Amino acid sequence: MNLENIIKESLIKASRVLPWEIENKIALAYEKESGKYSKRVLGAIGENISIARAEDIPLCQDTGLLWTAVELGSRSGIDIYKLDKSIKRAAESAFLEGSFRKSIVSDPIYERVNTKTNMPIDILYEVVDSDTAKIMFLLKGFGSENVSRVKMLSPTSSEDGLIEFVLESVKLAGGKPCPPIFLGIGVGGTMDRAAYLSKKAFFKEGDKNDLEKKILKSVNSLGIGAGGLGGEYTALGVSLLDEPTHIAGLPVAITVSCWAERKAEITLKGGQSGEIVSSIL
Amino acid sequence: MVRLSLPYSEQDLMRISVGDEVELDGILYVGRDQAHKRMYESIKNGNPPPFEFEGNAIYYMGPSPSKKGDIIGSSGPTTSARMDRYSPFLISRGLRVMVGKGPRDKSVVDSIKEYGGLYLQSYGGCGALYHKAIKSVETIAYEDLGPEALLRLTVEGFRAICIIDYMGNVFAP
Repeated sequence: MNLENIIKESLIKASRVLPWEIENKIALAYEKESGKYSKRVLGAIGENISIARAEDIPLCQDTGLLWTAVELGSRSGIDIYKLDKSIKRAAESAFLEGSFRKSIVSDPIYERVNTKTNMPIDILYEVVDSDTAKIMFLLKGFGSENVSRVKMLSPTSSEDGLIEFVLESVKLAGGKPCPPIFLGIGVGGTMDRAAYLSKKAFFKEGDKNDLEKKILKSVNSLGIGAGGLGGEYTALGVSLLDEPTHIAGLPVAITVSCWAERKAEITLKGGQSGEIVSSIL
Repeated sequence: MVRLSLPYSEQDLMRISVGDEVELDGILYVGRDQAHKRMYESIKNGNPPPFEFEGNAIYYMGPSPSKKGDIIGSSGPTTSARMDRYSPFLISRGLRVMVGKGPRDKSVVDSIKEYGGLYLQSYGGCGALYHKAIKSVETIAYEDLGPEALLRLTVEGFRAICIIDYMGNVFAP
């Protein structure tokens, strides 16, 4: 299969089938949840997951704005121009062939005209020291994107200030973003860099370090629950990335994902003349 | 489990209490952000509503395109809170039964208290599930809005939970 087909198929699959670890977390929450209403919600989510897979239709009608980022290895030899074109073409055909909802409007302030193609997509590039290129896609639904936030904390706020901001944000979101949610948290850099990291965080394994575990526990003590109807599982995962920042600041960004954390990741190896010789899914 | 046939009768609405799981059967209208804005502006300008509000329910939804052979794609609810700015006015004009997801503003609760109505929460993100409950689809207005057009559906066994009941009681976890 050529690169465009690989990308297209990955995106279509991502709209229909969740990564196994996410499906597992949902199933486990359903088993353990004692809240009557949220258990009902988790049950419906389980049914929905099965129907989407069986009928080959999107899990959710909001197939999202396609957030795309590439970590381009400086030694990958991949032609960035060709890669950019391939990703855009593949995305456009996935939207069409995969029955994605056309959710993008131009002139956002005034006319809000539907582009009818779900395009354009924006691709963020970052050069890293490696011999591969990693493409990351999030099918970012806006029920949850609308409750995502950035705050410039004081440099002395420390862990308590960060957790306080996360809890405040999750409380404010309540039942709006289709909980149980997944949280991507970006810390450091500038305001925009923190926001970028909060999305890239979904591509690393979460709930690993003490801070992530502490945040997850605090969020779940809020009792918002699935569907916002009260329960133990407000969030199913927390993933945090941090980077150096300025002495005067502590930027923190939170990307909220609904329970349907739909994503795809493709790693490419380049050939001598910039062509792509293999992909590792 | 309580069944609610649509269009509804006033007595049917009064039988439903906060926390009840409700199954809807019958005609369900569909509109979200831009459709609400247009209905609001059009009625304010003295035009009649695009469909009969009294007796009918509205579902906040914008479907994904249907697969070949299907009548509709994924069809789950969108966040109701974005409709809060228009709902009190539309409730006062008769659009008193709403289906969506997530919490509502106090102004919506107050309007339901004043006029009677229901707010039902369907299962968020479960577009594939609701796709199976939809038996017919017809576009009735604002076709240019694409996925945000005003639709008339026929539904069977459409599941939701009552969050605000006829008297304006609100579900508290």
